[in-house]
Amino acid sequence: MEATTLVLMPAIPEIFLACAGMALLMVGVFIGDRSLRLVSWLAVGSFVITAALLYVFTGWGGRELAFGGLFVADSFALFAKLFILLGSAVAIILSMDYLEREHTVRFEYPILILFATLGMMMMVSANSLISLYVGLELQSLALYVLAAIRRDTIRSTEAGLKYFVLGALSSGMLLYGSSMIYGFTGSVDFTVLANSLAGDEVSVGLIVGIVFLSVGLAFKVSAVPFHMWTPDVYEGAPTPVTALFASAPKFAAVVLFCRVMVEPFGNIVDQWQQIIVLISIGSMVLGALAAINQTNIKRLMAYSSIGHMGYALIGLAAGSEIGIRGVLIYMAIYIVMNLGTFAIILCMRHQGRMVEGISDLAGLSKTHPMMAVALTIFMFSMAGIPPLAGFFGKLYVFLAAIEAQLYTLAVIGVVSSVVGAFYYLRIVKLMYFDEPVEILDRPIPREMGAVITISGLFTLLFFLWPAPILNAAAQAAASLFAG
Amino acid sequence: MTSSWPLLSLVTFLPLVGALFILATRGEPDVVARNARNMALWTSLITFFLSLMIWAQFDNSTAEFQLVEKAAWMPEFGIGYHMGVDGISMFFVLLSTLLTPICILASWNSVKTRVKEYMIAFLVLETMMVGMFCALDLVLFYIFFEAVLIPMFLIIGVWGGARRVYAAFKFFLYTLLGSVLMLLAILAMYFDAGTTDLPTLMQHGFDSGMQYWLWLAFFASFAVKVPMWPVHTWLPDAHVEAPTAGSVILAGVLLKMGGYGFIRFSLPLMPEATEFFAPMVFALSVIAIIYTSLVALAQEDMKKLIAYSSIAHMGFVTMGIFTLTMQGLQGAIFQMLSHGIVSGALFLCVGVVYDRLHTREISRYGGLVHNMPRYALVFMVFMLASVGLPGTSGFVGEFLSLMGAFQVNTWVAVLASTGVVLGAAYMLYLYRRMIFGTLDKDDVKAMLDLNWREKAIFAPLIFLVLWMGIYPAPFLDVMAVSVENLIDNYQTALAAAQSAAPTAIAVR
Repeated sequence: MEATTLVLMPAIPEIFLACAGMALLMVGVFIGDRSLRLVSWLAVGSFVITAALLYVFTGWGGRELAFGGLFVADSFALFAKLFILLGSAVAIILSMDYLEREHTVRFEYPILILFATLGMMMMVSANSLISLYVGLELQSLALYVLAAIRRDTIRSTEAGLKYFVLGALSSGMLLYGSSMIYGFTGSVDFTVLANSLAGDEVSVGLIVGIVFLSVGLAFKVSAVPFHMWTPDVYEGAPTPVTALFASAPKFAAVVLFCRVMVEPFGNIVDQWQQIIVLISIGSMVLGALAAINQTNIKRLMAYSSIGHMGYALIGLAAGSEIGIRGVLIYMAIYIVMNLGTFAIILCMRHQGRMVEGISDLAGLSKTHPMMAVALTIFMFSMAGIPPLAGFFGKLYVFLAAIEAQLYTLAVIGVVSSVVGAFYYLRIVKLMYFDEPVEILDRPIPREMGAVITISGLFTLLFFLWPAPILNAAAQAAASLFAG
Repeated sequence: MTSSWPLLSLVTFLPLVGALFILATRGEPDVVARNARNMALWTSLITFFLSLMIWAQFDNSTAEFQLVEKAAWMPEFGIGYHMGVDGISMFFVLLSTLLTPICILASWNSVKTRVKEYMIAFLVLETMMVGMFCALDLVLFYIFFEAVLIPMFLIIGVWGGARRVYAAFKFFLYTLLGSVLMLLAILAMYFDAGTTDLPTLMQHGFDSGMQYWLWLAFFASFAVKVPMWPVHTWLPDAHVEAPTAGSVILAGVLLKMGGYGFIRFSLPLMPEATEFFAPMVFALSVIAIIYTSLVALAQEDMKKLIAYSSIAHMGFVTMGIFTLTMQGLQGAIFQMLSHGIVSGALFLCVGVVYDRLHTREISRYGGLVHNMPRYALVFMVFMLASVGLPGTSGFVGEFLSLMGAFQVNTWVAVLASTGVVLGAAYMLYLYRRMIFGTLDKDDVKAMLDLNWREKAIFAPLIFLVLWMGIYPAPFLDVMAVSVENLIDNYQTALAAAQSAAPTAIAVR
């Protein structure tokens, strides 16, 4: 590796996004808060351009390093980045109406999402523990501010503070783990780490390092037992911010988790497999059981996302290419149905005021039939009932579990999916079997309708032509193992 | 014999097209409801006539899958869209397509709320049922098998009786729990054989240690669906709370999914485990037959009584299947078809009086023969068919499966035969309480006899019950070659396993 020449080409999309962010900041400062819609759409536009640049500069199949090996651009990162950009773009689109109604018109909002997105893209492209940390912190700091963006309400500030304190704690653990790993192997570079760990006896210090590293990452994906912040933050943060939290950062964190476990430590799978198996089981079971008693839909979605992380981690626990492919498929489907669900939650207004109770959905099928159909599709899909998309997500992670002979994990997984089905069904029951109590406002904003329709159709019709996503995920997983 | 038309796909997805049309209707609620009813009826009738074409094109002389359609679906994973029918599945397709228009007719006036959604749910349900009986790929089968739950959950929950929410949840979660274990077994098979294509898997031959686990996982799913004692408790609740047409489909088709699954998957794919577990199935079947018959005798609610009788009748089916004899298997399939029609018709009979008096309590009726003579006649035909009177379809199925059981284990046959006697007892007792006696209740006196629509519903069912009872040959001929082939393959597989591992036998 020539350390003297600075290779930047593979990172052009990220560099563009950073520049776009700063330019938008200027726009915002000059025009002021009136520019929210303009800046929002410009941010969405720069996401689209970034996605196009990703295709131009990396494309499928290649694997290129930049910044002296700190940054890697491969199909795995590309797959993740496309869905991260999608999730962030949709989150911005979903926010505009909310911010205007709730008198939180701040031009910083889309820009913060943009920088968080940049952080996520750096995370998934990290090829060393240093760049991992830098990307993660860029993402996290932007998200802390977003959680507290409604600084005049107690709930939002509380959520922001909680998120910050616990997030900082987890970052500390991650950093501590990284330093242990560096201390016992002498490198932070993933490629060097992988080579130095081939076949050798593994030192206890390194194991401790890996454990701390996984703890830090488990915090970020909100896996049990490091999930406690999730329900509070999800409930307290403004709803569009929750929509963002549950989609793009989750995707980025899971993908990062996969890369960190598989790339440097892929040769010692049996050392960390048990950890992942345990947090996966814990997340699935807790996600299924704790959600049953929830009355607030955002809290319910928090527990649901904990459960979903458990399923996604099944693929990682398998530690194989099939497993990583399963994770990617699962997360791609998850992100779409999650955004659709949150779009519906954002439409839950009664006489101009946001409502969050699950019981507010009662009789929705009579008052908003199409919205009820869409939410039913999302709920059955999250429960994993075929032929909806969520079933295919589960199919491919369980496939990996069976292939890796993790039968206990698979059985606990399917049983908790049955338990979990109960609370998704409860929402369907409220919408279809009960009579309306209070009628939600209409009409729903146009962009919400578009998001709900597109994600609903994707979830419903995924089975018709699953090949593009399946193939892309397969290629992405293969590139992770090739490197 | 190949057809240039993708007949099976057409039959499977035509109802879905109809459902889309209904979804698109807009306008006044009355007009929408009327259009939805007509559209659903015509779609399902056309589907039924198309499905008759399957019978017309069917070749009785081969055990191969016919009208096969194959397409790549998820080629990376070797999961394909593979459809086909043989002598075992063909009549189940017809049963599904026959019962759907009947259900739609039966709900013509009794369903007054959300007619549009109701009709859509039934058409979607039909697609799933037909697809499930045609699917020759395990993943495809699983998708249809599970997807049935969604419309059925909504049908019970939205249009059901007083405790509909409880019943809908119980139905959904119970059956889901069984099926997810089957999903894991399917995935395990996929890794062992590299494909989920059924005809290929049949040639594969699974390791005998693995077979037991696979068999148990499939059993968990199918036993809940059949349902077998002791996992039958969802059925009485679901039947009682479901609207009439929902009960008809539940009893008529959904219960058959379990029996069909045993024949299609458990027997050919896991022969050694089938042989090993057959005594357990016999025991459970006999318990189901005797216990649920006794429970049925004590019921005060007509729908509950028929629900328990369904469990008892399905006990004959599981017993017949696991005899692995020509008579037993043919009897089981025949019994499923017959039960599909008879129990469906019995629920329709309940629906007729329920529509008029809005109660299912047996003691609220009495003396119906005086003011509803035609109804009494229709009810009698189906009641006797359920009892298994010679000359009705019920007799052929029960007789054949008992004959099969007799060859394998005399005790099983003797004990199961008591079920026939008990069956006669509870059905005749029900009939006496409802139809005979004095007509002393004023509201019962005011009930009118069958109208033209109800006669049109019952006429084809009576015809079929008598046809299958008097001249069952056309039905048995279709099954014969496929069943024979199934048994041959089973015996060959067992023989191969025994010669390969004589030590394993000694240990057992």
